[in-house]
Amino acid sequence: MKKRGILLGVMVLLVSAALCACGKGGKNTESSDTVNSSSEVQGTSEAAQTEEATAGEPVQGGHVVLGMTQDLVSLDPHQVTDAGTRGAVFNLYEGLVKPTSDGDIEPAVAASYEISDDAKTYTFTLRDGVTFHDGSAVTADDVKYSIERYAEIQGESSAFSILDKVEIQDEKTVVLDLKESYSEFLPYLASAAIIPASNEDPEGNPIGTGPFKYASYKPGQSLKIEKYDGYWKEGYPYLDSAEFKFVADVDTAYTELKAGTIDILNYLTIDQTQALSDDFKIVKGSMMLVHAMFLNNEYEPLQDTKVRQALCYAVDRQAINDFLFGGESELIGSHMIPAIKKYYEPEAANQYSYDPEKAKALLAEAGYADGFDLEITVPSAYSQHVDTAQIIAEELKAVGINATLKQVEWATWLSDVYSKREYQATVVGFDGTLAPSDWLKKYCTDAGNNIANFSNSDYDAAFEKAFAAVDDTEKAQYYKECQMILAQNAASVYIEDPADFVAVNAKLSGYVFYPVAAQDLSTVYYTEPVNE
Amino acid sequence: MKYFIKKLITLIITLLFISMLTFAAFSVIPGDASLTKLGTDASPEQVEALREQMGLNDPMPVRYVRWLKDALRGDFGESYQYNGTAVSELLAQRLPVTVVLSVMALIIILALSIPLGIISAKHSGKWLDTFISQVTQITMAIPAFFLGILLTYIFGLVLQWFQPGKFVGLDESVSGCLKYLIYPAIAIALPKIAMVVKFLRNSVLSEVKKDYVRTAYSKGNTKNGVLYKHVLKNALIPVITFVALIIAEILAGSIIVEQVFSVPGMGRLLISSISNRDYPVVQAIVTYITAIVVIINFIVDILYQLVDPRVNAQ
Repeated sequence: MKKRGILLGVMVLLVSAALCACGKGGKNTESSDTVNSSSEVQGTSEAAQTEEATAGEPVQGGHVVLGMTQDLVSLDPHQVTDAGTRGAVFNLYEGLVKPTSDGDIEPAVAASYEISDDAKTYTFTLRDGVTFHDGSAVTADDVKYSIERYAEIQGESSAFSILDKVEIQDEKTVVLDLKESYSEFLPYLASAAIIPASNEDPEGNPIGTGPFKYASYKPGQSLKIEKYDGYWKEGYPYLDSAEFKFVADVDTAYTELKAGTIDILNYLTIDQTQALSDDFKIVKGSMMLVHAMFLNNEYEPLQDTKVRQALCYAVDRQAINDFLFGGESELIGSHMIPAIKKYYEPEAANQYSYDPEKAKALLAEAGYADGFDLEITVPSAYSQHVDTAQIIAEELKAVGINATLKQVEWATWLSDVYSKREYQATVVGFDGTLAPSDWLKKYCTDAGNNIANFSNSDYDAAFEKAFAAVDDTEKAQYYKECQMILAQNAASVYIEDPADFVAVNAKLSGYVFYPVAAQDLSTVYYTEPVNE
Repeated sequence: MKYFIKKLITLIITLLFISMLTFAAFSVIPGDASLTKLGTDASPEQVEALREQMGLNDPMPVRYVRWLKDALRGDFGESYQYNGTAVSELLAQRLPVTVVLSVMALIIILALSIPLGIISAKHSGKWLDTFISQVTQITMAIPAFFLGILLTYIFGLVLQWFQPGKFVGLDESVSGCLKYLIYPAIAIALPKIAMVVKFLRNSVLSEVKKDYVRTAYSKGNTKNGVLYKHVLKNALIPVITFVALIIAEILAGSIIVEQVFSVPGMGRLLISSISNRDYPVVQAIVTYITAIVVIINFIVDILYQLVDPRVNAQ
């Protein structure tokens, strides 16, 4: 008994020491709050004004470390499929065209392009003076090789299957012929990086035309890149070198950020942003994800539209937004993010309001007055998904649905939920490209990745019309119709495009968000001389 | 010699058994290496092509035999997650770091626990003994990963003696690497020190009661003389066995502590390989760790004989 007393005493001492330490951290919160409010705030819509929003004179040179909680999938740009890797290799490679931060497409390796009226022929004029990192000039042959290689790797079910042939008209002109009219092809071309035809090992010896060139890659540790002096865009990049550092988990990454080992870190939680010292500023953007509780429309209770609508009424999207993202996310009501302005239907977000009574009434109408069992599968590695699912489960219990959480590893999620569709409901986020069809195609009855098992003939018809439309206004109209069908039929419970808080070393400026996965370091610069 | 052969056969059987078990475990758990690698944006053709390339379409026994055949020739195949990087190359990068970390942890354990254990036994029942046993009791109760977080916070963020995450590779600077590894080594060592101290203390105390100690005293030895010349020799024998067991735990501990300190060793590789379903790498690491543990046990058995000739007679 006496022994225990001593032990307890020492434990109390230890704990109080730890608490004191925490208290010290807490003091920083106040100062960082003021920093937050005065720091550059740039949403997707304001992304165009980034130049104005960033302050300070650019200083040439310096080194930046960007933290990532994942490793790269591949350095071969044609093999890359995941958003994290795409974001990193964005600095090494470019396509004929590339996305801009405000959601547009601009010429890159091409100087200009022309799309025929029937959207079947795309003609590109190559830019003068674009060179690969090995110094050789980009030729029409390299372009043809790259696009054909990309199309082959992407396979039959990809958007590139629409490509008929690539023709070299002359030294500076490449013509792409499509099998059918398709006016959304340009965004896909942005992913088809131009690489030298002569390079036999694009994986081990990555060569592109981007602002940075490859320096070294250590599996599980880091990707190091260096400024490419021959970059065609004058004045970019500012930095001499940069490193993408792969860290085991979010908490470790956060510790390394505080210690100054990492300069830029994405996806901070609202709590983490408040606990940072004024050595960092918080840049706010959007994760460019459709964050939702996806429903398996084939699970028996969910086959009834009324039940799915009841779920939409039962979930308080604003509460999730307030609790997890400080109210900074944009609520959505369909499978499209607001950043794709031209095709986004804002009305979909107003389809449902938080109304538990209405939810109960709808459930009763559908014959589920006593509720039913709903298992929400959620990948455990992503805290924002787990937290969201927890809030949803509580809200569903309030209307009588017996919701339970099943946390699984990401690999398990991919095979069971995504591939085999053996699930009832799941909370995740889906990203996409600038092409609207990329987001909406997954709800077509026969789509290979129709994770919701959604089937609606009106939707299929509207999508087909939208896909085939060449006129942009007409296209937008049909895509908006698609979004409304998803909302009205409650294909899933759409929540938000989550706010993304990025901590950036206070000495840095020029960090911009893209509506696609891109960690563009070419615009990042130091505002004071770096002494290293 | 006969003893040696017997041990060698045990080693081979253990390795076979463990590798089979790992293989079987991986075919039971859900998840698919090709899907994990390609994520949600890949087309079914891409996934299928990769499955074929990885040889995942063959049944489990076929894959195991193929793996075994290659492994026997020392070829552990290529990693899935790191596009065709040879597994042996990955291990060659990581193994030295983990070995250095483990050896450092072991040195810290031995350097602190043996003197502490002796002091504790010498002053058994006195305040010093009570103090040591209280402190060790506490450190034993703290898991290594939590100690790691505490050390990172205190020495990394508050005192700034080291910069968390700024690991220096052995190839860049040996002293820089050692300086960084001290902290994770302490995190691994502290809980284990307590165990060895307790074990050594009890071992000494039980030896002290034996007849030969009385004889030694009667021959005119001093208290210290008896302790260091007679008692300790005998008391250390069980401790050697215990340390062998601890080495296995150090290896296991480093797997978790490496994550906390961002040390690019085998542990981090193992964990990322498991979550990416990178079977060849997992298989190789598990085999390696098993081999190390079994071999160390084997060495300890031999040491045991050298220290205590009676073992051989039995």
